[in-house]
Amino acid sequence: MRHVISVLLQNKPGVLSRVTGLFSGRGFNIESLAVAQTLDPEVSCLTLTTTGDDMIIEQITKQLHKLIDVIKVTDMNEVESVEREMAIIRVKAEAGTRAEVLRVIDIFRGKVVDVSPKSYAVEITGPASKIKAVIDILRPIGIQEIVRTGVISMARAKKN
Amino acid sequence: MKISGAKAFIKCLKEQGVDTIFGFPGGAVIEIYDELNKCDDIRHILVRHEQGAVHAADGYARVKGDVGVALVTSGPGATNTVTGIASAYCDSIPMVVFTGQVPTQLIGNDAFQEVDIVGITRPCTKHNYLVKNPEDLVPTIREAFHIARTGRPGPVLVDLPKDVIGSTIAFPENRQVKLRTYRPTYEPHPGQIEKACQAILKAKRPVIYAGGGVVLSKAHEELTRLARKLHIPVTMTLMGLGGFPGTDPLSMGMLGMHGTYYANMAVAESDLLIAVGARFDDRVTGRIDAFAPHAKIVHIDIDPSSISKNVKVDIPIVADCRHALAAINSWIDRKGEVNDAAQKEKLAAWHDKIAGWRKKHPLGYKEEGDIIKPQYVVEKLHELTGGEAIISTEVGQNQMWAAQFYHFNHPGSLLTSGGLGVMGYGFPAAIGAQIAAPDRIVIDIAGDGSIQMNIQELATARQHGCPVKIAILNNGYLGMVRQWQELFFDRNYSATPLDVAPDFVALAKAYGGVGLRATRKSEVEPVIKEALKTDNVVIMDFVVAREEGVYPMVPAGKATTEMLLV
Repeated sequence: MRHVISVLLQNKPGVLSRVTGLFSGRGFNIESLAVAQTLDPEVSCLTLTTTGDDMIIEQITKQLHKLIDVIKVTDMNEVESVEREMAIIRVKAEAGTRAEVLRVIDIFRGKVVDVSPKSYAVEITGPASKIKAVIDILRPIGIQEIVRTGVISMARAKKN
Repeated sequence: MKISGAKAFIKCLKEQGVDTIFGFPGGAVIEIYDELNKCDDIRHILVRHEQGAVHAADGYARVKGDVGVALVTSGPGATNTVTGIASAYCDSIPMVVFTGQVPTQLIGNDAFQEVDIVGITRPCTKHNYLVKNPEDLVPTIREAFHIARTGRPGPVLVDLPKDVIGSTIAFPENRQVKLRTYRPTYEPHPGQIEKACQAILKAKRPVIYAGGGVVLSKAHEELTRLARKLHIPVTMTLMGLGGFPGTDPLSMGMLGMHGTYYANMAVAESDLLIAVGARFDDRVTGRIDAFAPHAKIVHIDIDPSSISKNVKVDIPIVADCRHALAAINSWIDRKGEVNDAAQKEKLAAWHDKIAGWRKKHPLGYKEEGDIIKPQYVVEKLHELTGGEAIISTEVGQNQMWAAQFYHFNHPGSLLTSGGLGVMGYGFPAAIGAQIAAPDRIVIDIAGDGSIQMNIQELATARQHGCPVKIAILNNGYLGMVRQWQELFFDRNYSATPLDVAPDFVALAKAYGGVGLRATRKSEVEPVIKEALKTDNVVIMDFVVAREEGVYPMVPAGKATTEMLLV
């Protein structure tokens, strides 16, 4: 099962490689990874998506906790959260399909960020499922290139 | 007052209680060596290869029960420590390794003797550091010692650029180590302790499975009290040997691949397995789905990631083994209402069953006239040292025979590279042990193959007056691999015969030590006696039965009940 794991880290050189080294060394997979500074400049937030059964996810969480520079590990599947990913997709847009592409992008509330006579580059933001849906729809029209940020996720605030 | 980085380094080590460093100098650490030579409080043991320094620090740490320290130069000095560090990491040995590094402005420039040792050792250290700013030097060293000795212990590496050592700094007096999130759990959860105790009191076929955590946390007394009070049989991992007296009637010896028949059978039929500071390693479990299939599992470990890693645990207890066992003992004393006669009666059938297995397949070997059996040598070593020696081992058959036949009674009396399985570990570790315990008898039980992997340390032993005794079980083969080839590869002895070997007696003499040889069984005892009364490093070359095997043996991938027996 796919899990989004959020890791707060000390913002120091080499810390990222401790995390990625842990994954490669223990044979866990990383499907996506996003990392940047948080409000506290001494802390970075790393969000990664991975897959595995409960025992593997438990090991991943525990092994991450064991790293001295790791401050907090949250399996976002276990909390209410907002998940976002951004993709820039370059899609073929020639005479017969230019309007169709724009319609699709509009439906998904995407934006055209680059235009050429034969293609559009469009920006799509949303949960990974939405990105997938856009890709599935655009694929028959002809996708030339995709760049994705990887998932980021934030726990929802408590309502009461 | 400002002092040099090198002076601050020495001062900080003294503050951490360091009295011995194992090391080898070089350009990047020459300033430290300059200070070290002026310092009377720290003894420097000059090894002949950096790997030896790390293994010696490992042996020293195990015997002393505190952090071992190694100091080497940059580049090859640093890379030579990797095997020793990885071994200490697998065995959770507290250690701080200091490596020299090129000056900070040269880092990344492929400078002479530059290597990214922090990158190289990242997966085999508990933590590591590159000290980039002089003011971080002392706080980093303090953190390194704190991390190495607390929680699940392990090696920490500190990489010291030459300019940091050469800088001038104000020595920070505040010793407090502040780590944002590193807080190991020592105290067990009372609810889990109660659950464990109830399971223990209910069990009809309990087994205690004790690992290296018992030795590391000094939990042997609490463990012995629990086992004796409730008459629970105990089996130990290789790293756990000595954590419970090997000659106690409740001891079933080692379990696993070369464990005793009765220990493996008992685990397989147990209804409750109490794992204490052990990690369900593949050499212990064999085929995982057939390991303790009927047992409820209690697992005490200070490292949460050890729990439910290989085997699903029913009652996990994250805690220091000593604290957890003390809590269990105290719960049982207060609330257990144990009636000794009733408890004995309840487990009588279980003990009868184990006694039956013990009788059917005791640990043993076949005598062959005057040919020396390696097991006999180990038995004799036990007998003539009264079981009171510190034994280190190399890796392979020698290691398993030592584990099976020395019957360790005290924690810290077996030093072995259990997790990584390093040939060449035993001799330098024995030197470290001898430095830590000058009055004890220290014996390295070795093979003729593995002793050659760090034989150069004979010079170290001589230079620093370490009367270590080396017992080579010389069969002219890389014996354990040969045994596998005999059993599983149709006796195709590929690359295992050691056709050329040194004359070990002459070799010992060449280094100024003493060499003794036994080729017949009747010579074993006189040779050992002679060695034990010699105040010098001694090689005892025992020419043993060439194709003797280690049994019982669980073939790789088989269930632990599928043992090949003598």
